[in-house]
Amino acid sequence: MEKPFHRRDLLGIKDLSAEEVLGILDTAESFREISSREIKKVPALRGKTIINLFFEASTRTRTSFELAAKRLSADAVNISVSTSSVAKGETLIDTALTLDAMQPDCIVVRHSSAGVPHQLARISKAAIVNAGDGTNEHPTQALLDAMTIREHKQRIAGLKVAILGDILHSRVARSNIHLLTKLGATVRVAGPRTLVPEDFESLVEEGLAVAQSVEEAIEGTDVVMILRIQKERQDSAFFPTLSEYAVHYGLTSERLALAKEDAIVLHPGPMNRGIEIASEVADSARSQILDQVKYGVTVRMAVLYLATGGRPVRDEE
Amino acid sequence: MRLLIKNGHLIDPAANENTGMNVLIEDGRVSAWMKQSEPDPEDIEIFDAGGNLVAPGFIDLHVHLREPGQEHKETIATGCAAAVAGGWTSICPMPNTNPINDNAAITRYMIEQAEHAGLANVFPIGAITKSSDGIELAEMAEMKSAGAVAVSDDGRPVPTAGMMRRAMQYARDHSLPVIDHCEDKSLSSGGVMHEGKVSLLLGLKGMPALAEEIDAVRDILLARETGAHIHIAHVSTAGAVEAVRRAKAEGVRVTCEVTPHHFTLTDRAVEGYDTNTKMAPPLRSKEHLEAVIEGIRDGTIDAIATDHAPHHADEKALEFDRAPFGIIGLETAVGLAFNELVEKGVIGLEQLVRLCSANPAKIFGLEGRGTLAPGAHADVTIIDPDLEWTYDVRTTRSKSRNTPYHGWTFRGAAVATFVGGRQVYERNGE
Repeated sequence: MEKPFHRRDLLGIKDLSAEEVLGILDTAESFREISSREIKKVPALRGKTIINLFFEASTRTRTSFELAAKRLSADAVNISVSTSSVAKGETLIDTALTLDAMQPDCIVVRHSSAGVPHQLARISKAAIVNAGDGTNEHPTQALLDAMTIREHKQRIAGLKVAILGDILHSRVARSNIHLLTKLGATVRVAGPRTLVPEDFESLVEEGLAVAQSVEEAIEGTDVVMILRIQKERQDSAFFPTLSEYAVHYGLTSERLALAKEDAIVLHPGPMNRGIEIASEVADSARSQILDQVKYGVTVRMAVLYLATGGRPVRDEE
Repeated sequence: MRLLIKNGHLIDPAANENTGMNVLIEDGRVSAWMKQSEPDPEDIEIFDAGGNLVAPGFIDLHVHLREPGQEHKETIATGCAAAVAGGWTSICPMPNTNPINDNAAITRYMIEQAEHAGLANVFPIGAITKSSDGIELAEMAEMKSAGAVAVSDDGRPVPTAGMMRRAMQYARDHSLPVIDHCEDKSLSSGGVMHEGKVSLLLGLKGMPALAEEIDAVRDILLARETGAHIHIAHVSTAGAVEAVRRAKAEGVRVTCEVTPHHFTLTDRAVEGYDTNTKMAPPLRSKEHLEAVIEGIRDGTIDAIATDHAPHHADEKALEFDRAPFGIIGLETAVGLAFNELVEKGVIGLEQLVRLCSANPAKIFGLEGRGTLAPGAHADVTIIDPDLEWTYDVRTTRSKSRNTPYHGWTFRGAAVATFVGGRQVYERNGE
């Protein structure tokens, strides 16, 4: 198998070419069946060490990366560093250098500050994989979303995708916008103007539009992607109340009816039922939220495999 | 002590002089100019300028020396050493020390520390309000008596128009310029870079140009009403430059300065999340940079000031949004001005010298400085306009190394610096 991904680090989708994105997705396809085997383990990354360095609380992403590493036989270590321990005196750079000195092959990093993976990549010998950095990017989320979309729509190019909610503060939205437009989809974003600034269109060269309303964004789309509303951000009051948000911007069955008949619904989780997504939508056949979680492991297997330069998987193993 | 600086090309914009001329110095003051054909006086020390430019000592209206209180970042001595190596003979430290320079005792302390160091002149800037809290006026008149030359709350700008109005009324009484770091924090709070396309792309919270412009316009209106002299620190946006341009045309007592980083770098420099590209005001987009350069070209901008802001490497080795704002700048300012302004034809040498000496002296009312006319203080900056050099921050005289210019190559450098007739810096062959 020719290696489709020629980088050491996966810092974001922004800097990847369409070919590289497709390369990762195709690699993920080849790993897909491992997770449905009786014995969910192949020796592709045997002897490799992976550190999951999480400066920000996360259950699903960390678990997903950990399972991905284990299914490829890598040794995975989870480290949760509360940013407060950094305040104790150790700088980000010291933390990274300390871990790097233990000679891991890959450090998977999540941090509440944008750019931390880029800063680590400059000083680390290990490959850096971005598991979400502040409001910048969450590349493996976009890749698992793409895998889910391909599963249900068989393609990305030419699709219409709506992304709804807090676009301004969403790393999921940024990574998805980059990925989907690179692969030829058109993306419409919508939400309260305070969270969806009009100049967001300048994020990519083409393929992105800021819709004037949630309805306009959903109209005729193949995929509706809902973002989590971060209740904790409501201190800074970007909209008046959650209940007003639910009524005016939430994905209800009525709004979803504006999309194509076979449109699918995605949500990166965890969901606030009754706020950004109505329960009947979340539980409907349109919702592919659990597929997203499933493919999360698969995509992360591919990313870890490519980042650590693992050997090609052979079926007889 | 008598000294003759000879074989130089004297540029003294305040005296309207731009010619080959020898400068005779006695007891710390310029005593006369002599034609280069005249014989040297007897029993005199000679400094051969070797055809280089001889300019009035450069005056930096905006530095942070961190002493007292944060001596791990910089001391007055190390800051002064960096200053004279960069061609600056006088520097004006902002009051955000610890404790804040909001009283005459601290002002005097800073001046005494500078005298001990014996390098550059230090003219402190006092706080506008006690502890720079924006609530009660600081003892401006007492600080002025102790040697302060202006007042500012710099990075904690006076938040309310009411307080700023009162500060201007009072400062005017004491002929103190009021300096404002224009930033309406209700618009910029939490921001770490310029708000625009690049901040969206990087997922970093932006500080809109509007935050600077609203405060600049507020200050100009207040200066017009109070008759005070407002000096806008580090202008960085098109709107602020335009506001100053219009206000000057209306006769408002407004001046402004620009930092080298705001005429050399744009927000694109932040793309690698290098914390040495984080400062306030932030690096702006290209349109703003072009407007700033136009302001330099047409004279709207009065002075070049470095906003030299040392931070220890450990403090900058943080996440981008947690790292402190600011970069050092004393040693690179002249090189950057040559590269970006003189070389590119924005301004000529004479205007560069004016922006770094005559104008700053006038803005802060520094008598006998900013010129080398007979009687003036013998603060002299010797510049080799053709010297090519590379900045290696490992050799910096500052205690800190937070610069985005490490490894940059320049043409034009200060090669010798005199303060009060005494040579305090000579560039070694590099």
